[in-house]
Amino acid sequence: MSEKTTFAQEVRDALHHALSSDPSVLVFGLGVPDPKGVFGTTTDLQTIHGEDRVFDMPTSENAMTGIAIGAALGGFKPILTHQRLDFALLSMDQLVNNAAKWHFMFGGKRNVPVTIRMILGRGWGQGPTHSQNLQSWFAHIPGLKVVMPALASDVKSLLLASIFDPNPVIFLEHRWLHNMQTDVSTVMAPAKLGEAKLLSRGDAVTIVSMSYMTIEALHAVSCLKEQGVEIDLIDLRTVSPIDWTKIEKSVEKTGRLLVLDTGFKQVSIAGEIITHIIETSWQHLKSQPVRLTAPNYSESTSPALTQNYHVRADDIVTKVGEIIDKELNCQQLIDQRSSLHDVPGDWFTGPF
Amino acid sequence: MNKLLAQKLSHSMRRIRTVEETIAERYSEQQMRCPTHLSTGQEAVSAAVGEILRKTDLAVSGHRAHAHYLAKGGNLNAMIAEIYGRVTGCARGKGGSMHLIDESVGFMGSTAIVGGTVPVGVGLGYGLKLKGEQNIAVIFLGDAVVETGVFYESINFALLKNLPVLFVCENNQFSVYTPLEQRQSTTLDIYERVAGLGVMTEYGNGNDVVEVYNKTKNMTEKIRSGGGPAFLQFDTFRWREHCGPNYDDDLNYRETSFIEKWRSDEPIARFEKYAIDTGLLKETEIQTNQIEIEAEVNAAFEFAVNSPFPHADEASKHVFAEQHIKG
Repeated sequence: MSEKTTFAQEVRDALHHALSSDPSVLVFGLGVPDPKGVFGTTTDLQTIHGEDRVFDMPTSENAMTGIAIGAALGGFKPILTHQRLDFALLSMDQLVNNAAKWHFMFGGKRNVPVTIRMILGRGWGQGPTHSQNLQSWFAHIPGLKVVMPALASDVKSLLLASIFDPNPVIFLEHRWLHNMQTDVSTVMAPAKLGEAKLLSRGDAVTIVSMSYMTIEALHAVSCLKEQGVEIDLIDLRTVSPIDWTKIEKSVEKTGRLLVLDTGFKQVSIAGEIITHIIETSWQHLKSQPVRLTAPNYSESTSPALTQNYHVRADDIVTKVGEIIDKELNCQQLIDQRSSLHDVPGDWFTGPF
Repeated sequence: MNKLLAQKLSHSMRRIRTVEETIAERYSEQQMRCPTHLSTGQEAVSAAVGEILRKTDLAVSGHRAHAHYLAKGGNLNAMIAEIYGRVTGCARGKGGSMHLIDESVGFMGSTAIVGGTVPVGVGLGYGLKLKGEQNIAVIFLGDAVVETGVFYESINFALLKNLPVLFVCENNQFSVYTPLEQRQSTTLDIYERVAGLGVMTEYGNGNDVVEVYNKTKNMTEKIRSGGGPAFLQFDTFRWREHCGPNYDDDLNYRETSFIEKWRSDEPIARFEKYAIDTGLLKETEIQTNQIEIEAEVNAAFEFAVNSPFPHADEASKHVFAEQHIKG
């Protein structure tokens, strides 16, 4: 049996590799060198690479984003980490007016190679301001790339691609993925940003997914397969730019589209994908495209109020049944759950 | 003060004044189609700081940036062409008056959001410190910037890391039509409040180019020798409206006595009187100088007017960089 590693460890390995291979790489953020090391994603990096290149920071999200931009203009490749996306909202001015615009508004005179990691919370009482999935905000802004890894086997190559991309990249890590396991690999090749990945092949329905929803989708796909329903599952990996070719090709084959989104329904990436497919692939559609997203209200804190908040694998199976008009069984997905609805597994015991 | 420095300061202030006043004169032609914030009356701070800075020092600025860009050595033709929206502009017509850049002389960019380049300047300072260079990062700012949160966040980090950063605050005492005392507590002056944060500070008359020069020179030497960040406040006065080519004193938002006081103490006349009285400059030299400046400025406007507009296809370009661009 091959040795196993985790999503969080793969993030840490990517950062370590970037710091080791390029002296211009900097890593900073609240808690980066602390004993918890941002959920184990930055452990020991300061000890290895020194306090000038790896450091904790003041609780000044906006200035620190501008400082990252200034350092980038000075020839560095900074990686700024936020333990929650919600905290990074204080930095929207620097992200939108400076990072995203610099290359454009100075006529291509200079690029801004900054990577902003933001962690997405969910469940276990995270509540309204520690659980927002605002990928559509960032994807709306020309000049920002937005990466949302799902698989532990993908995260290293996606993070390396983000760090060495010449543009500002928002790298959204879902907290529920940090303990996902994968085989240890020594491959350090960066991925290509803007390329989605086909995780399963089938001609019944195209499911497009992102981040943690892809894990739920993988469970649904295997349950559907047992019932003779074959799915094209596309993991987006980047939500800006979107790999339209892959989605269009798949819909051309299946004629049916289900989009999964970790964010609120209103003005979502899922909505954008459905609109795009209606515009480009109308003639191939056999049924109305649909989406499963978070609802248009914030996630509450009490577990009693989050019972039905998130889309889960059985919801996906049920929705596919509606799309293809077939009675499908999802009981096994419900039966095999070993932990409460508000944690990704028994390993997660809070607090965040 | 010596003759060469006196010549340079006079030349720099007159050059900035001539550029700004030519823009004002020609603005109504409707060919410079972008919001433009002129520095007429505020030339002394830029001229003095510009003479002290090295080419390898890095500078950023805000919306009223013409004087800073020119004093740092920014290309005049590229600035005027940028205001005219031409492809030969410093940002190929993408940015206009408020987005000036000339990295060849260390002018790293000016942007339009108040306070927006303050942390960028501090980040440049962090980079300079890591590289172990003796250069400094200079952040030009106006009095309204000290009302933003990002200013205090940035000062804190500059202090925390003992960065080679100089904050140059030109206090023209008004934000659009609103006087300072309606926006800030004036129990303490700006530099006194900033001093409370632990930064080296200095205060001076921003219309006195000699005072600005001496105080800035002293402070930059401290910064270069590892003294950490510093903040300079220079009070000054903008002649024309906040944005645009006109005088707006008919709106009565500034007291007549206040206007008269500052206009009668304007930086070029003040300095040249001193320089002539002390034998540093001759009236005839100044006149010859002015003729040369006007020829240079007129040539820059000719260059801009005769430059092509960017091709319409450029509108969608430069969203993403294809590769890293070396500075």
